Order: sequence, then C-alpha cells, then structure tokens
Amino acid sequence: MPPLMKLISSRLALGAVTLLAVSALMFVGIELLPGDLAQQILGQSATPETLAAFRAELGLDQPAHLRYLDWLAAAAQGDFGTSMASQRAVADLLSTRLTNTMFLACYAAVIAVPVAILLGLLSALWRNSLFDRSVNVGALGAISMPEFFVAYLLVLFLSIRMGWFPTLARIDEASSFGDALYRSFLPALTLILVVIAHMMRMTRAAIINVLAAPYIEMARLKGVPRWRVIVLHALPNALAPIINVVALNLAYLIVGVVVVEVVFSYPGLGQLLVDAVASRDFPVVQAVGLFFAGTYITLNVLADILSILSNPRLRHAR
Amino acid sequence: MSKLLDIRGLRLEAGPKGKRTTILHGLDLSLNRGEVLGLVGESGAGKSSAGLAAMGYTRGGVAITAGEILFDGIDLAQASTATLQDLHGRRIAYVAQSAAASFNPAHRLIDQFCEAPLLHGTAARAEAEADAIALYRQMQLPDPQQIGFRYPHQVSGGQLQRAMTAMAMACRPDLIIFDEPTTALDVTTQIEVLGAIRDIVERYDTAAIYITHDLAVVSQMADRITVMQHGREVETAQTRKMLEAPKADYTKSLWAVRALDRPRRDTNDTETVLSLSGVTAGYGTTKVLDGVSLDLPKGRTTAVVGESGSGKSTLAKVIAGVLPPGEGKVLWQGKPLPGPYQKRNRATLRHIQMVYQMADTALNPRHTVRETLERPVRHFLGLRGSALRARVNQLMELIELDPATFLDRRIPELSGGQKQRIGIARALAAEPEFIICDEVTSALDQLVAEGILRLLLRLQDELGLTYLFITHDLATVEAIADQVVIMQRGKIVETGAQHQIFAAPKSDYTKRLLASVPQMDAGWLDGVRQRLAS
Repeated sequence: MPPLMKLISSRLALGAVTLLAVSALMFVGIELLPGDLAQQILGQSATPETLAAFRAELGLDQPAHLRYLDWLAAAAQGDFGTSMASQRAVADLLSTRLTNTMFLACYAAVIAVPVAILLGLLSALWRNSLFDRSVNVGALGAISMPEFFVAYLLVLFLSIRMGWFPTLARIDEASSFGDALYRSFLPALTLILVVIAHMMRMTRAAIINVLAAPYIEMARLKGVPRWRVIVLHALPNALAPIINVVALNLAYLIVGVVVVEVVFSYPGLGQLLVDAVASRDFPVVQAVGLFFAGTYITLNVLADILSILSNPRLRHAR
Repeated sequence: MSKLLDIRGLRLEAGPKGKRTTILHGLDLSLNRGEVLGLVGESGAGKSSAGLAAMGYTRGGVAITAGEILFDGIDLAQASTATLQDLHGRRIAYVAQSAAASFNPAHRLIDQFCEAPLLHGTAARAEAEADAIALYRQMQLPDPQQIGFRYPHQVSGGQLQRAMTAMAMACRPDLIIFDEPTTALDVTTQIEVLGAIRDIVERYDTAAIYITHDLAVVSQMADRITVMQHGREVETAQTRKMLEAPKADYTKSLWAVRALDRPRRDTNDTETVLSLSGVTAGYGTTKVLDGVSLDLPKGRTTAVVGESGSGKSTLAKVIAGVLPPGEGKVLWQGKPLPGPYQKRNRATLRHIQMVYQMADTALNPRHTVRETLERPVRHFLGLRGSALRARVNQLMELIELDPATFLDRRIPELSGGQKQRIGIARALAAEPEFIICDEVTSALDQLVAEGILRLLLRLQDELGLTYLFITHDLATVEAIADQVVIMQRGKIVETGAQHQIFAAPKSDYTKRLLASVPQMDAGWLDGVRQRLAS
C-alpha cells in the first residue's frame, strides 16, 4: 500500500476505534445511574415481581456486555430503541431534529468559514493596520461574550427594537426554505459571531507564521504583489492549522449549539438532548450522544486527512 | 557608458528608534553591465544586507537612511513599491543561500519558474515552460524535460540551487544577486553548481553580485572583489590583483591560509582507546552506517570526513550511545561498550564527551556560564563549595576566557566563538579522555574557527586528549588531524595517516573530494572541471 493510503486508512481506523470507545463509555455511564428503564417506566410503586418480569421482557436481565452488544448491533442498523417519553422510535424522533440542526449548522458555516478566512487573510495582508486592529478587537469582543448574551443582544436590537426578525426561530416541515432562512437568521448570526473569531485569528496567525519563511522573501523578490504572495505562496503552506480549526468550529456548530437553540426555542438536536436529560429518556440521550461523538470524530478525522493531503511531501513521495 | 548599478553613500540602520544600530556606514559600490562583483566578508559584515539593498529591498526592521541606489538611472532607494515590483524578477533577480528553504514547498519547480515571466508579461505559459526546460538543460540538471514537474522536496540540494539560478534567469535580468548560493552544499556538488552558474552568467552577459565568505569561491566567480568588514568597504580590486597583492591588513588576514604549525605525529605508536568493528546502524529500515571498522589511537586526532549523508554524524551518535548499533562491536579500552548510553556506567560516560556543531542550541540559553559548567563538575566529580568554584575557574582558564568577566553571563550574551569555548569547557568539566567534536567550527567565521582549533590542539597537548573530529571541511582536517577517515554512503572509503591521504590518496572518491576543495587561484575552477570531465 502506498504510504499516503496507509496514513489515511490508519486515521480512519483510529476514528472508528475512538467512536467505539465513546459508545462504550456512554453505555457504562448510563449503567452507573441509579434506577433502570423498567423502574422508570413502572414507577416507584411497582412490586419486585412485576419489575423482574418487565426487565425480562425488555431484556434488562441480561449481563451488561451482552446488552451493550445488542444495542450496538441495533444502532448500527439505525435502530436506537424507543423513546420512553413519547413512545416513538428514537430514530424517527432524531431525524427531523437532525435535519434542523444540520440546516442551522450549514447556514452558519456557509457564511462564517469564508468570511473568517477572508478576514484572516486581509488582516495578515494589512498587518498592524487600523483594519487589522479593528477586526481583531471585534472578533475578540464577540468571542469573549457568552453566546446566550450575544443571542439576547441580537434579540434586543434586531428583533425587539427594530422588529426585523422574529424572536423565536420556530420552523417545521411546512416552512419554505426562504422562510426557514429568515426565521433562523438570529440563531445563525449568533453562531457566526461566536465561531468567526477563532477561525479568523488562526488563519491570521498561520499566515503570519509562514510569512517569515525564505520562500516568501524569494516570491517578493520575484516581483510578486503582496496579496498574491499571501494567497498563492503563504496560504497553501498554512492550510493544515486552518483546516483543523475550521473542523473544530464546524463540530461546535453541530454539537455545541444547545444554549443557542434553547434561547431561540429552535427545534434542533440540542433542544432534544436537554429535554431527554430532564425526563431521563435514556435511549434518546444515548442516541444523541452517539451522534454528537460521531460528528466530532468524523470532522476531526476529515481535518486530519485534509491536512495530510495539503502537504506536498506526503502527497508526492520522493 | 553609464554604470548598470551605482550605489552611493548607502547607509542602512536597524532596530527601533533610539536604539538603532548601523548596518552599512555609507557604502559605495558600482557595477558595469555584464560584470561580476564579489562581495566578501565574515558574518555581520553587512554583505547580505548590501546585496539585498542593491535590489532596493531591506529585511524587516532595516531601513535605508541615506544614500542612493541607482539602477540604470532609477533610484531604488526612493522608488515606489510598484516600480520595485516591476523591476524585481524582470530586471533584477535574486538567488538565495538555501534553495531548499527558498523554493515554495507547495508548488512545482516549473510553476515557480513561470511565475515571474507570466507576472511581468515577458512570456506566455508555453514559452516560459519551454524556456525553463532549456535553462534546466544549460544548468546541466538531470532529466531537464521532467525535473521541473517535481516538487522541491523531490530534488536534491545541489539541483535545487541550479534550478533556482535557472529561475532567476527566467526574464533574462540585467543583474542577479547571488547570496552565498553554494555555502550549504558539499564540495563536490559545489563545483558543479559554481561551474553552471558561471557558464550561464557569461552566456547571457548578466551582471552579478556574488556574495560569499569563501575567498577561494569568489576568486573563481568574480571579475572584481570588494572586501567588507563591519558594514564598511575595506578594499576593492580586480580579482587577480586582489589575490596577488591585497593591501589592507584585514584582507591579508583573510587571505592567510590556515597555518597551524604542528609536528607530524605517528598514529601507530600509541595504544587504541576506542575501536569499532563491523558496526552497522540506522533508523528504521534505512542503513546509515554499513560495516564500519575503525581504531582510534590514544592522544591523537582522528578526523572523519564525508559529505552530507555519509553517516559521519551517525558514527558519533553510535559512539556516544545515543543510537545503539544494529550489528558490530564497539570496544572502549579493550572492553565491550554497551550500545545505549543508559547501560553504560558513570566512569565510561564521563570519559566520552561531546562538543556540538551549534553551540547556540547545545547550551541552555537560560543558564549562566557558571551554571553550565558547575553542573557536570558536580555530577561527574562530586565537587562542592570552594573546590567546585576553583575547578570552574580552572576550566575557564583552560579555554582562555576570563572567569571574572564571563562566569556570570548568560549564554545569549556570548559571541559565537565564546559559546563554542564554553561548549568545550563543558566537555572538559567531566575530565574526559576522549572528545567527539561534531563539526565544531563549521558555524564559525574563519578567524574565530582558527582560534578554536588552536585551543583544541593546545588542550590535547596539555591533557593528552583523544579527539574524533567530524567535519566536511578538508582545510580543517589538514590543519589538525593525525589520522583521516573518509566516509561515503555509510562506508569507510579510505583510512590513513593525514600526510598520506593528502599526498597520495588511493580511492577515486578521496581524489575527487580533495580536488573539489576550492583553491585561491582564479584558474582553479576551469582546471578542475577539465580534469573531472576527462
């Protein structure tokens, strides 16, 4: 196998192993909680006999490792069990929420990633200029404020004072695409403000780091204009750290939006997770947890692979 | 006819306001069309800054504070960014010291070649590519049709340097600045690069400023030489005249070929302190040392000579116990020496010490000289209190640095030569019998290096030390070695007494290596190229 394929397949394998480990940890975590599903459903007043019978029916009398394997096998086929709160299949429950979460994440990412990288490039190009300083101050300001605070500020000004956008981002299957974009603009903007700073500052730092390299001086002494030096000579060599920080922020957009969803009552996975934890709906908690872990791991593995591919030394063997 | 380049009263200053240091104190320099000017000096002489300033370019923090730089009538010191961008690459080009670092690792060689012609509109892509291939051929690069389509890491250092010269030629500039283009190369590679550069500069009648610290090299390349020191011109003359009759004292001191008078010592009249037999070592599956056998005579200097990749530094690592050998035996005073240093006893560790190439990185910059020296004395000899202080003072006297002045300085406050002396003192602190010197003078200027070599020889006479001296510099070998070992690709090519190797080398590789050392004679390059060709 060529070394590059070996490197990539080892990253993929590592990702799969990590996901497996996380699923096991989650299972163990839920096992450690007092009470079980049968107890939850039947309530405190149930007799030991009915509990035992119900456990046998649910398969809870099996040893833990067998139940884990059963759950894992079912999950692999898309069956995450039944929600205790709503009695609906967890997979069905998840699917609409998942669509909403992905919609919001993509909405924010499509705007935030290009803007952040562009701002990073420009602030590296005009280093220490007024532009650079104001962008940095703005980005740091946005990242320093907790996200719910940013959200409430946006609601206060753009929604209550100006009346431009709705305070609540309620969307459902009936909303058209344009309508959904309009309704979820405020949560998306909140997320954009939160993630831009990180990506923009890393882009700037990575570019500036590369600008000290002799090949940058060489390019300038060939008469290459400054913007071209930054985009064509510095950026390709600064991709690895930028890719990593973008992946981290994309993961945050999917996994870390709980607070923002709650503020805007946006029907996403975060809301679902909060509700499920509150009502001790373990199958849902488990499924959402597994999905979040999977997202995180997938994006990180993807970032790893893209970083590897961005390095000509690894792409083209000697 | 007017001059191509006329620099008058150029003054360069660096640093923030109030703490400015002057890099060039009013330099005058001029260059005719097609003329090659050699700019010679030791590090810190301002020769690189002068070369870059000839392009109207200064590095970060450096500013042109006075003078004019007239390039074909245009004052580059006052020129706008747009004017400079138009001239750079098209009429003035630059060849950097390290081609490996100066080619962008993300782009193929030919893309980097074509960038300037496309940008300046001197050629279309297809023409530029065809021209690149033609120039690669003229620079005698292997496989000129295909080499441009490789990435920099896929091409060797000497080839990259030639590709960079080809790149500088892309727009057929009037002037090229060569900034130490062969300093990072092995001597046998250097010859090829020097020859290719000179051919192409002559062919297109390009004017050039050739910056180097190596007099022998510059005398091959330049029509005229300017010697610089501390940001000032010392003297300028035609190359032959400068070689035959240098005027300034500083120039004469540079010209004086290393003359360390030293009696010839035999290597077979003393016992063997360390011996290797059939040693093989490497990293992973790559073998770097392949069946190396060697005896080191006590109280003598054995020089291991080889080009980069020959395995000479790996040999040092095996002896020091950093890299255990895969096969073969190492005997220390007749007894087997354990491979990894962790398995060696304290007495053995004490007796084998090492001095490194880069004193800058080998010494902890947070420590004072006293801390640097006290530690090994305490560790190996167990001295405390006044005995410790006395020993440290004594070490400082051994390396000819005044204890009162230097002991409480921090490492960064020392000059390069002083740092290397501390490195030697640290090795001596253990009272060793044997010291491995790994390229200890290659990062130093010639005069400073000579001082270090004299010190090492004196210490050897006084303390009866055995040295293993690793170097790629044959002049150093001639100056201090008793026994010489020539290495190539992990194998020993030839071993012998110093005078034998230099007077009558046996292997072809040794002959080629010796012939490749530049000589202070303007006709040397032509002569050696003819000999190597035939």
